[in-house]
Amino acid sequence: MTKVSIEVNVNGRTRHATVPPRMLLSDFIRHELSLPGTHVGCEHGVCGSCNVVVDGRAVRSCLMFAVQAEGAEITTVEGLAQGDDLHPIQQAFWEEHGLQCGFCTPGMLATAQELLAQNPDPSDDEIREAISGNLCRCTGYEFIISAIRSAAAKLRERESETTLQPV
Amino acid sequence: MKPSAFQYERPNDLHAALGLLASGDDTQILAGGQSLVPMMNYRLAQPARLVDINQLSELNYIREDGDVIAIGALARHAAIKSSPLILEHLPIMAEAYDWIAHAAVRNRGTLCGNLCHADAASEMPAIMQILEADLVLSKVGSSRTVPARDFFIGIYETVITADEMLTEVRIPKPLPGTGWGFEEVAMRRGDYAWCTIVATLQIEDGKITAPRIAMAGVETSAARLTAAEDAIVCQTPGAALFVQVADAAAQAADPADSATGNAAYKRDLVRALLPRVLNVAVSRAG
Ligand SMILES: Cc1cc2nc3c(=O)[nH]c(=O)nc-3n(C[C@H](O)[C@H](O)[C@H](O)COP(=O)(O)OP(=O)(O)OC[C@H]3O[C@@H](n4cnc5c(N)ncnc54)[C@H](O)[C@@H]3O)c2cc1C
Ligand code: FES
Ligand code: FES
Repeated sequence: MTKVSIEVNVNGRTRHATVPPRMLLSDFIRHELSLPGTHVGCEHGVCGSCNVVVDGRAVRSCLMFAVQAEGAEITTVEGLAQGDDLHPIQQAFWEEHGLQCGFCTPGMLATAQELLAQNPDPSDDEIREAISGNLCRCTGYEFIISAIRSAAAKLRERESETTLQPV
Repeated sequence: MKPSAFQYERPNDLHAALGLLASGDDTQILAGGQSLVPMMNYRLAQPARLVDINQLSELNYIREDGDVIAIGALARHAAIKSSPLILEHLPIMAEAYDWIAHAAVRNRGTLCGNLCHADAASEMPAIMQILEADLVLSKVGSSRTVPARDFFIGIYETVITADEMLTEVRIPKPLPGTGWGFEEVAMRRGDYAWCTIVATLQIEDGKITAPRIAMAGVETSAARLTAAEDAIVCQTPGAALFVQVADAAAQAADPADSATGNAAYKRDLVRALLPRVLNVAVSRAG
């Protein structure tokens, strides 16, 4: 079938590609852009390991076609750290043991990123609700909840440091 | 698995989209993709052509139109769930959305796609029937309005034809004082319902008026429980009445044994949930 040209911004870089319509966004990110941090578990929307942030919202990349990402801004797990400095959410997952095998982690991070952008101080119930669409087979979730709670505090602190300049 | 190959169309306005639906066989609309793409990944669906309606920003609205709340084909679950208009006039929808999928799925999925998909265990088909919503089906040159009660035929089956698009859902604002209830049992919140029961009603001079009750997840499609409605109308609400009505509804239900429970278990769910829904609705009415 006719291939389609697309232009997408991924992790701050503009990427051009020509893709067959049936190519899933998850496969485009992993195979065409060589960003294998986005994981694929079930490929039918259930596990959340393929979640990425598209135009500010966490979405299942296995349930979008790459052609639909035309003009979109996408953040994958590779776009979080600044050089060697982990993003505060990643730092919190590390400190709080929010991962073991790491398979679910990129999707959890995308979900947490959207949650904390919308709700800087979520309750534990809100965190549970937010990650209810992300399956983890290792951690038992409690450490992930602690990690997101800690990430929220780090981000709030960073925010107050940047807004309250010393006089 | 991966979806099979298809031709991709991305019209920029409704007129062009309807034109594409009118021409060519084996075409499907791609809305949020949260039901269609899983089916394509499983190869349960292999459409030859997809018409992606995500550019039709003219259909991305939730608005007040006199006594009606109108929701366009591109309004996503997440936008509806948090809409001030919905929270004010149709809080039952906002509550139901806590039980429908997860945030990332609700970010893409649409109400109209959900209704057209017509999963037997989907909540909104039941809710649209008690709210007496009208569904506007458009095709090139004409449109028709179908009451939600007449829209659903069976599992994944509705009255919509291949050249039509569900462009708008029109939900009358419930009268002031309308009480409502929503109860569901599912494996986990966000999973499809094993049994959902929903109701709205009013209380006048201590008696129930205008009761509307519907059920999903039990039979092949969501449906109104008219016998239960008839049994409680003009009656004084009370535990004994509700238990009796729930027994009758459980007997009358025609559940199939399925992966989500055998028929006897589904009947138990109807028996347990119906009185709860009615009690909550009565407590909210006034
Ligand atoms: C993990 C997961 C959990 C879920 N849990 C639930 C749940 O608990 N309850 C529930 O109800 N749903 C659930 N869903 C499904 C979700 O609500 C979907 O968003 C919805 O069923 C389909 O909407 P869509 O916009 O994604 O439609 P699509 O997937 O794009 O389309 C679905 C079907 O409708 C047709 N269609 C779409 N829009 C129109 C239109 N405007 N006119 C005519 N035809 C149209 C398409 O051609 C297709 O056949 C879940 C999905 C996932 C992935
Ligand atoms: S791989 Fe996309 S949700 Fe599981
Ligand atoms: S850390 Fe292994 S699946 Fe979550």
